[in-house]
Amino acid sequence: MRDKQVYLDNNATTMCAPEVTEAMQPYWYGAYGNPSSMHSFGGDVRRDVDRAREQVAALLGARPSEIVFTSGGSEGDNQAIRGTLEALAGRKRHVITTRVEHPAVRGTCHYLQKQGFRLTELPVDGDGALDLDQLAQAITPDTAIVSIMWANNETGVIFPIEEIARICKSRGVVLHTDAVQAAGKIPIDVSRVPVDLLSISGHKLHGPKGIGALYARKGTKLVPLIIGGHQEGGKRAGTENVTGIVGMGAACGMARRYLDEEFGFVRKLRNRLQEGVLRGCKGARINGKNRLPNTLNVSFEFVEGEAILLLLDELGVSASSGSACASGSLEPSHVMRAMGVPFTAAHGSIRFSLSRYNTEEEIDYVVEHMPKIIERLRQISPFVGGREWHGTPLPDHSH
Amino acid sequence: MWDYTKKVKEHFLNPRNVGYIPDADGIGEVGSLACGDALRLMFKLDDQGRIVDARFQTFGCGSAIASSSALTEMIKGLTLEEAEKVTNQQIAEYLGGLPEQKMHCSVMGREALEAAITNYRTGETSEQKKLEGRVTCVCFGVTEKDIERAISENHLTTVEEVTNYTKAGGGCQGCHEEIAEIITRVTGRPPTEEPVAEKPKKRLTNIQKIQMITETIDREVRPALRKDGGDIELIDVDGNTVIVGLRGNCAQCRVANFTLRDVVQAKLREFVSDELTVVEE
Repeated sequence: MRDKQVYLDNNATTMCAPEVTEAMQPYWYGAYGNPSSMHSFGGDVRRDVDRAREQVAALLGARPSEIVFTSGGSEGDNQAIRGTLEALAGRKRHVITTRVEHPAVRGTCHYLQKQGFRLTELPVDGDGALDLDQLAQAITPDTAIVSIMWANNETGVIFPIEEIARICKSRGVVLHTDAVQAAGKIPIDVSRVPVDLLSISGHKLHGPKGIGALYARKGTKLVPLIIGGHQEGGKRAGTENVTGIVGMGAACGMARRYLDEEFGFVRKLRNRLQEGVLRGCKGARINGKNRLPNTLNVSFEFVEGEAILLLLDELGVSASSGSACASGSLEPSHVMRAMGVPFTAAHGSIRFSLSRYNTEEEIDYVVEHMPKIIERLRQISPFVGGREWHGTPLPDHSH
Repeated sequence: MWDYTKKVKEHFLNPRNVGYIPDADGIGEVGSLACGDALRLMFKLDDQGRIVDARFQTFGCGSAIASSSALTEMIKGLTLEEAEKVTNQQIAEYLGGLPEQKMHCSVMGREALEAAITNYRTGETSEQKKLEGRVTCVCFGVTEKDIERAISENHLTTVEEVTNYTKAGGGCQGCHEEIAEIITRVTGRPPTEEPVAEKPKKRLTNIQKIQMITETIDREVRPALRKDGGDIELIDVDGNTVIVGLRGNCAQCRVANFTLRDVVQAKLREFVSDELTVVEE
């Protein structure tokens, strides 16, 4: 372990808050009863699960009965989309989503497409924004569900879910939103925004991993993914992950209390980082407009993202990249490509995502070292220094 | 996080021979900004025709920079006849191995070296050379020849492996069928889904299993370890647990765990049984 550890990858996962782990403690040993049991040893635990459900519901503006605990964001996304289609029993076979969804939604939609469902993937513009007219035009009587994320994990770009929900509602189409990145960072209120299904994850808001929740508006028809038990009102079988549920509840409770801080303190830190990096590094550009208060996705020309990450890692700084090399594929991230970020810049894209546990000092440390890292890699790069390049010509990517 | 060896990290953090030789005897350039990695390799010869100086400039990830650095170290002191025998495998081995998906970094090194030697001999620039032959992968500008060579030099049997080694097929994937055809032509067999489908399906007796393990270690593992001054001994086979002892340099090696899991165990799983686990005595 290094002396210095600056964690700026909170869109990947977050530290489980000490208050959360503390709340979880009793359920490993003393309070290990099964919430479904008749005896009070289990019944007491049932009450704690219900309290957690209330805490999650409160963060979202939902009723506790509309919350189903899941194993995380991916399960929620799968359950929402596949459960809706199954409930329709093939009567509607069209799905609408965007080109920039998290793999949990994107992969599910591509899977369904292979199964014979029709899929529309809405494009985004250079700022990462959707054209809502295109959404309205894409909806047909055959459209079963629209799944559009609340905020993007890579760029932090926030989609206008309120307007999207109105369009879907007026057309009688079920709307699911992956709110994994939005929850705890910006206000969510399903009593005001008419989404039907909304998935969130515990570990993205300082809760534990392996727990999440799906909000399903009362009356939304869903076939459960996991069958074989009466738990969660018959919507998700299996003995409850009580420890995780209690942690998720505590995390949502804290997230609600700290929402203002996310908006204020975290945004201030993020802006400090953004201004510092742009000031210190030439050839840097921000990806995405109208972003979450904690996210900065920035591209550096003529250097490659994975190399930047490795040098940051040497300094104890954790971030992530949309570069091809960092992801193990050969093309830059689908989000960067959908936004039309040139390959030259997409390969050098770095995502910093902050949390309320970061400090000004940490940000200044990164701002101080970033120009040196970029400079160091540019000195190795053959494209800097004004020499003619004879290598393979740029491939034609117009197709 | 990539599983880079210490040597890859070390060459990435302290790259040798970075720079530009204004009066280079040979310059080779491969890759492009759009592809995500690019390498310019330059060398200077002495009056005996040996490489006295080799320098590089690289745009790319950690393993691309490390591969370039390793290559310049490897070719210094060699004649061009010796240098042109350097394979991408040797570059990878010099670095203690590269993750499978990063093998194209070593291929890029070999290609740049070749381009630089051609440049010295014929005055051709890399661009002119690159235009030769049919381009199979439009996204990454990989020719049929490049793919054929990677297949035969590295014994590739699947489209995925070809992508790992050459990048071909890693973009729009429109050329996957064509790559499969090239594999069939070069190897005489259509691509396998899994690399090397030689595993026996039936249950092995313990004696058969031990015999196959011994053969696989002799054939696939020991030669590589001996090259680094190490050795390996089969101690026992207990069910599906293979107990081995590392000897010589391997015994003190800090990447021994990596060797056990990623080399010995991987080879045994490939050639004997998927269920085997390798542990040290």
